Amino acid sequence: MAEVLVVVEASASAGVKKVTLEMLTIARALGTPSAVVLGGAGAAAAFAEKLAEYGAEKIYAGEGDEVDGYLVAPKATVVAELVKSVQPAAVLLASTQEGKEIAGRLAVKLDNGLLTDAVALDADGTATQGIFAGSAVVKSKVTKGLPIVTIRPNSTTPVAAPAAGTVEQLTVAVSDTDKLTKVVERVAEKKGSRPELTEASIVVSGGRGVASADNFKLVEEFADLLGGAVGASRAAVDSGFYPHQFQVGQTGKTVSPQLYVALGISGAIQHRAGMQTSKTIVAVNKDPEAPIFELADYGVVGDLFKVVPQAADEVRKRK
Amino acid sequence: MNIVVLVKQVPDSGAERTLSASDNTVERASASNVINEMDEYAIEEALKIKEAHGGEVTVLTMGPAGATESIRKALSMGPDKAVHVTDDALHGSCAVATSKVLAAALGTLNADLIIAGAESTDGRVQVLPHMLAERLGIAALTGARKLTVDGSQLTAERQTDEGYEVVTAATPAVVSVWDTINEPRYPSFKGIMAAKKKPVQTLSLADLGIAADEVGTAGATSTVVDFAQRPPRSAGTKVTDEGDGGAQLVAYLATEKFV
Ligand SMILES: Cc1cc2nc3c(=O)[nH]c(=O)nc-3n(C[C@H](O)[C@H](O)[C@H](O)COP(=O)(O)OP(=O)(O)OC[C@H]3O[C@@H](n4cnc5c(N)ncnc54)[C@H](O)[C@@H]3O)c2cc1C
Ligand SMILES: Nc1ncnc2c1ncn2[C@@H]1O[C@H](COP(=O)(O)O)[C@@H](O)[C@H]1O
Repeated sequence: MAEVLVVVEASASAGVKKVTLEMLTIARALGTPSAVVLGGAGAAAAFAEKLAEYGAEKIYAGEGDEVDGYLVAPKATVVAELVKSVQPAAVLLASTQEGKEIAGRLAVKLDNGLLTDAVALDADGTATQGIFAGSAVVKSKVTKGLPIVTIRPNSTTPVAAPAAGTVEQLTVAVSDTDKLTKVVERVAEKKGSRPELTEASIVVSGGRGVASADNFKLVEEFADLLGGAVGASRAAVDSGFYPHQFQVGQTGKTVSPQLYVALGISGAIQHRAGMQTSKTIVAVNKDPEAPIFELADYGVVGDLFKVVPQAADEVRKRK
Repeated sequence: MNIVVLVKQVPDSGAERTLSASDNTVERASASNVINEMDEYAIEEALKIKEAHGGEVTVLTMGPAGATESIRKALSMGPDKAVHVTDDALHGSCAVATSKVLAAALGTLNADLIIAGAESTDGRVQVLPHMLAERLGIAALTGARKLTVDGSQLTAERQTDEGYEVVTAATPAVVSVWDTINEPRYPSFKGIMAAKKKPVQTLSLADLGIAADEVGTAGATSTVVDFAQRPPRSAGTKVTDEGDGGAQLVAYLATEKFV
């Protein structure tokens, strides 16, 4: 069976991200998964065990400062060289900013088609994508070259399938053009121990109704009780209540958790764009006419400052 | 500094959007079309740089004839001129082909700085800026929430899931921006009047030396094979808080095994 290259999303702090395990699971329908680790020296060794557990027969290591110290371009070069030498059946990347950017460069280098934001992939390379704020579903195919597909986090449940996980070091040969954009600093902003927003199985989001940055503690507390991530509407972000990287919606993150909790969010179409494929949606809003109730499986019409603390107490009691 | 801003016209994300029944491409003809929202931030950033460092701002759009409406709107914010790549053969172009066409057009414009939105709201592919950098062999600083220009040196704060990265490069470069970078200005009445007289150059595929079968539906590197509207979600239970709303909510979460 042909190899399927899975470009690994991982970080020193979070380890191998769930979307990587999903990709390894999805890849098995198309061939034998091989993981590609791109990062600083020693990156592959740190992640090898997990990657092998989820089916990586081979683990290609493209490591070093030349890969890690510059923005995206060297990574695309390493993957393109690997594609030329192993002739894989497909290349899967995560639907994150960087995953998409590598995919874009790869497509140009190989003069190949690409599909982004797939939620499923058939054995013949047909991808399923949600478009227009999740209001429609399309099936699409790459018609030129091999399938280069980015997979949206939370598309499937990772299934372990232990494999050899043999690490193979790649020779990294990047050009000067690949090194035009230098990464001079990486800054982590506080998030605590909460799961990654796009990967979380529970997301608790606050909107303008939360009314202040300070009050977002209420949202955080409820999220922590449920083991979820925190999200925010654009109005909440624009008002300075919560940082932009947690924005859910059209111009923020797309999430598709098992449970989405909307607190003080009206449910504008652009917000729905980022959350309406969630499995279960619950909402608390004091306006009975708020559009969020049109899609909520369970809605409470009421003041979130009364409802949420009571709900938090109730969860604590049940623990 | 010679700045080119990439502006795409897209169907309004607040209105009904669909694919055309005949060829599964984005229905643009009957849609309510607007400037891709993120591109307004790109225009604003270009204008701010021009105001601080001097130079010229050119809007570059690839799109159908009707995209002139968005081009005039963009010009009313303040750019000096525009280039509109338009050709019937471009209909149905994939991202790979779009990058080929825009790269060819950029080849004629000699830009120091190319500013794009981080993503378009129709495709949301987020790939164009790096594709262009790849084709042009220049630097890319993408996903910027802050940009500093110091002579030919660019420094950007690139937003990441963990926080941000500080990235640097020298011009020429492609920069893409998020909506956190600035607050786009509203066109003034004077701006709107002036925009009517600003030069808009149109370029065809022949002008760019690109064959019709390299782009559009003919040259597409991917295709939509099936399209279906997702049935809308239906509303579930709605209760009014009578003092036990929180408890009721958790009771529901418990039946669904979330607590
Ligand atoms: C091009 C474009 C892109 C956009 N992208 C996004 C995006 O990515 N994400 C996004 O979220 N939005 C986006 N928006 C904005 C979107 O249209 C809405 O303006 C936004 O989602 C509203 O946020 P909100 O629901 O928090 O605020 P509001 O609409 O102001 O709603 C606040 C809600 O809180 C309720 N409330 C107030 N106080 C309480 C209380 N004490 N208890 C309970 N309920 C209370 C109110 O009844 C109201 O329903 C975009 C808009 C455009 C034009
Ligand atoms: N047809 C186009 N004409 C001009 N600019 C475009 C076009 N398509 C994409 N862009 C630019 O590239 C950015 C990213 O688009 P995308 O990669 O399609 O999400 C947009 O915000 C625009 O600035």
